Amino acid sequence: MPVSDFQPVIGLEVHAQLLTQSKIFCGCSTAFGAEPNRNTCPVCLGMPGVLPVLNERVVDFAIRTGLALECRVNAKSVWSRKNYFYPDLPKGYQITQYDLPICEYGKLLIDTPQGEKLIRVRRIHMEEDAGKSVHDAGGGQSLVDLNRAGVPLLEIVSEPDLRDADEAVEYLKALRDVLVYLGVNDGNLDEGSFRCDANVSVMPKGSDTYGQRCELKNLNSFRFVKQAIEYEISRQVDVIESGGKVDQETRLWDVNKGVSRSMRSKEDAHDYRYFPEPDLPPLHVTTEVIEAVGHELPELPRAKLQRFVNQYGLPVYDARILTAERPLADFFEACAERYPDAKKLSNWFLGELLRLLKEEGSTVTSVRFTPVQLAELLGAVDQGTVSANAGKDVLAEMFRTGRSASDIIAEKGLAQVSDTGAIEAVVDDILAKNAGEIEKYRAGKKQVFGFFVGQVMRAMKGKGNPALVNELLKKKLGD
Amino acid sequence: MQLTDLTMLELAEKLAAGQVSSVEATRACLERIHRVDPKIRAFLRVDEAGALAAAEASDARRKAGTPAGPLDGVPVGLKDLFLTEGLETTAGSRVLEGFVPPLDATVVRLLREAGLPLLGKLNLDEFAMGSSNESSAYFPTHNPWDVTRTPGGSSGGSAAAVAAREVFGALGTDTGGSIRQPAAFTNTVGLKPTYGRVSRYGVIAYASSLDQPGPMTRTVSDAAALLQILARHDPRDSTSAPVKTPDYSAELEKGVRGLKLGVPREYFAQGMEAEVEASVRAALREYERLGATLVDVSLPHTKYALATYYLIAPAEASSNLARYDGVRYGLRAKDARGLKELYSLTRERGFGPEVKRRIMLGTYALSAGYYDAYYLRAQKVRTLIREDFTRVFQEVDALVAPISPVAPFKLGEKVDDPLSMYLMDVYTLPCNLAGVPGLSVPCGFTKAGLPVGLQILGRAFDEALLLRIARAFEREHDFFRRLAPV
Repeated sequence: MPVSDFQPVIGLEVHAQLLTQSKIFCGCSTAFGAEPNRNTCPVCLGMPGVLPVLNERVVDFAIRTGLALECRVNAKSVWSRKNYFYPDLPKGYQITQYDLPICEYGKLLIDTPQGEKLIRVRRIHMEEDAGKSVHDAGGGQSLVDLNRAGVPLLEIVSEPDLRDADEAVEYLKALRDVLVYLGVNDGNLDEGSFRCDANVSVMPKGSDTYGQRCELKNLNSFRFVKQAIEYEISRQVDVIESGGKVDQETRLWDVNKGVSRSMRSKEDAHDYRYFPEPDLPPLHVTTEVIEAVGHELPELPRAKLQRFVNQYGLPVYDARILTAERPLADFFEACAERYPDAKKLSNWFLGELLRLLKEEGSTVTSVRFTPVQLAELLGAVDQGTVSANAGKDVLAEMFRTGRSASDIIAEKGLAQVSDTGAIEAVVDDILAKNAGEIEKYRAGKKQVFGFFVGQVMRAMKGKGNPALVNELLKKKLGD
Repeated sequence: MQLTDLTMLELAEKLAAGQVSSVEATRACLERIHRVDPKIRAFLRVDEAGALAAAEASDARRKAGTPAGPLDGVPVGLKDLFLTEGLETTAGSRVLEGFVPPLDATVVRLLREAGLPLLGKLNLDEFAMGSSNESSAYFPTHNPWDVTRTPGGSSGGSAAAVAAREVFGALGTDTGGSIRQPAAFTNTVGLKPTYGRVSRYGVIAYASSLDQPGPMTRTVSDAAALLQILARHDPRDSTSAPVKTPDYSAELEKGVRGLKLGVPREYFAQGMEAEVEASVRAALREYERLGATLVDVSLPHTKYALATYYLIAPAEASSNLARYDGVRYGLRAKDARGLKELYSLTRERGFGPEVKRRIMLGTYALSAGYYDAYYLRAQKVRTLIREDFTRVFQEVDALVAPISPVAPFKLGEKVDDPLSMYLMDVYTLPCNLAGVPGLSVPCGFTKAGLPVGLQILGRAFDEALLLRIARAFEREHDFFRRLAPV
């Protein structure tokens, strides 16, 4: 059977670092990039005798995420220990949730070529991150950095509802957008604050029995997720085609070679000996707390996109770009309150503002001008006080300095001349100097008209109101 | 009478009256440790400089009229399971040899704040796993009443030091009887508070859901005074109960008239030594004479306590002791080649046979395929044991029972028979599984002069009543005035 006769089945496990100031079970900072082992204390170092104390903010973030993904938030959830030995796991166990996670049975909508598709979320649980091992640090040594040990994570597990690599990437992007919108995660795949493992299997099309699955790790970009899943699908199909059997195993994606290799087989799989964490009582969440968190839930990316289309009459393309990040959408709405033509405003955002931000390498939160100032500039363009081209220069200056449009227009003399008398004087002067060209025009060579416009505008250093210049020239040339 | 023969409260009275200084009392302890500890071997580490500095500071406070509390200046010792900032803490294990903690356990901090000079660290069974102090990686402690015998365990060093008057009081921990049994073996008072009453922060964990620190003293009143300092809600321990601390001394002398004391029939099983049983029965009659009503009660699940304990405690221990891997602190097998060898050599050399046995038991109990049959079932039985107590406490105010079926045995007598060692904890384990408080008070001696203790068990957070019941008995007898012959 060719690949096209097989149906891939994919489920994703996402680990998202939570944007809390301090770690999940101690007061250490979660800041990224500190000197190794700087952000540590006896608790996250796993010293003898110390005990974990839950950071309540983590629970708040987990509930927020659960509600956004339409999960059931469990009134009681239980902490467990996952036991295994590794140097970057200071206690020899990870505190996580196992039997009873905080959230279950959610869903997330994604876009596919066939339309919207609902992906079920099986569970969301809280846990602590491990530290980092640095191998081959020199002298054959391995070093351990425990700054990350105890950073709070949410593990978000999907049902195996995804059917190809593109759907998997769509799901991840949609999930990331939700987490970033909620302010619980920074969505950074490079730094590993948003990590993904994929469970992949294949079955003959039409079958309702899933094949043996493999777990893929080290997928730290959307591109690698797509490549690794596609590679894994064809690898499994090859195995089956050649009469073999897919073995349950964990495979590591090799970024450089573009292949995955086996990391451990089922036989080597850990027995994590989960049991309830005796140092932490079960977590009880009241209905009041869940409702309070629900009230503070922001509008989510999909809803916002839909609203931008409906409320502002924007094309989906524009709305998608404007709502990709919450601060940009917020800034757009602040401007739209003060400037009525949303489509024109969107054009300025997509054409000019995003370019300026990209050039400067900054984000909309660092923009120096206010929505009022932008509305003022766009109004000036509409009224002909300044040309659209000059307006772009004004915006660039506003972007650099935060000064108002009127100040910049006045200072740089960018205001258009709309005084009929002043323009007429220049038109007369140009016509007087170019009697030969007038002859040609009157003889029927109409393209000479453009020559006259150019001459007038040059004489006026580009500030003549183009509409008035045209009108006067036509009148004088006797059209 | 020597200064070290005083009880904590007697010394405190003299300190308050200015008749003796804390430095004098501390020096008296240090001299006594110097003289008798070579025979007793209660101390793993004496902190002479630290204790004297604290004593000087205490004297200064007393002189200035600003004592930190009623026990300011009374020197005590600590089981070597409590972290002490800047002072080596080993849990009686090679794996922590040379480990100097960067922090004090909460209860150590509370003692320091209350002004008690800390004389040093006391011997124990390795990681508190044992009933005779013989699993200490360093040396066994000897019973001051007969140095050929065990002082019990795991807080055997604490009990022996108190009985030998090397310290005025001590802290122990009790996971399955580790405060009460050594107290019974040494003619001292030991109290295991309600689980959650005293903070576990900074106490090296054996079995987290059972461990509980508590006071070990020569008298009931001393125990009440020491518990008064220790019983505090601690936000650093999520299992610490946010319960107000009563005045443990207020009702000490109120007697037992009108109280109903349950006598659990399962605690008088066959196999108890006749002299031990006779002492305990005599104590029960004494309570009747003092006006209490004895009620025959049943705790039907008692027979499962031993099996339950030896699944739950080792399971938790197997996880708690995973951190001793040679990576960050303590022993490290420097000759190891590769990670796996670092782990296996460090742990092979660092842990003694009893600790290894319990790690293996616990690992097995938690393993895939066995979890339901062992750990999960044990948790269910634990609930039944707890319900036994809840039910019986609707009927009676407290329970009176033996601590140990035997008197202190010879060192070396049971080391090769771990099962018979485990069986001796049969009367102390249910209390930990249920989380209720338990107390051991001296109730007599065998003909050979070996101490026997009486156990009093009560409702959760009813420590004040246990102390009152114990005090009623103590007032009628002079057992605590009898001094161990060292």
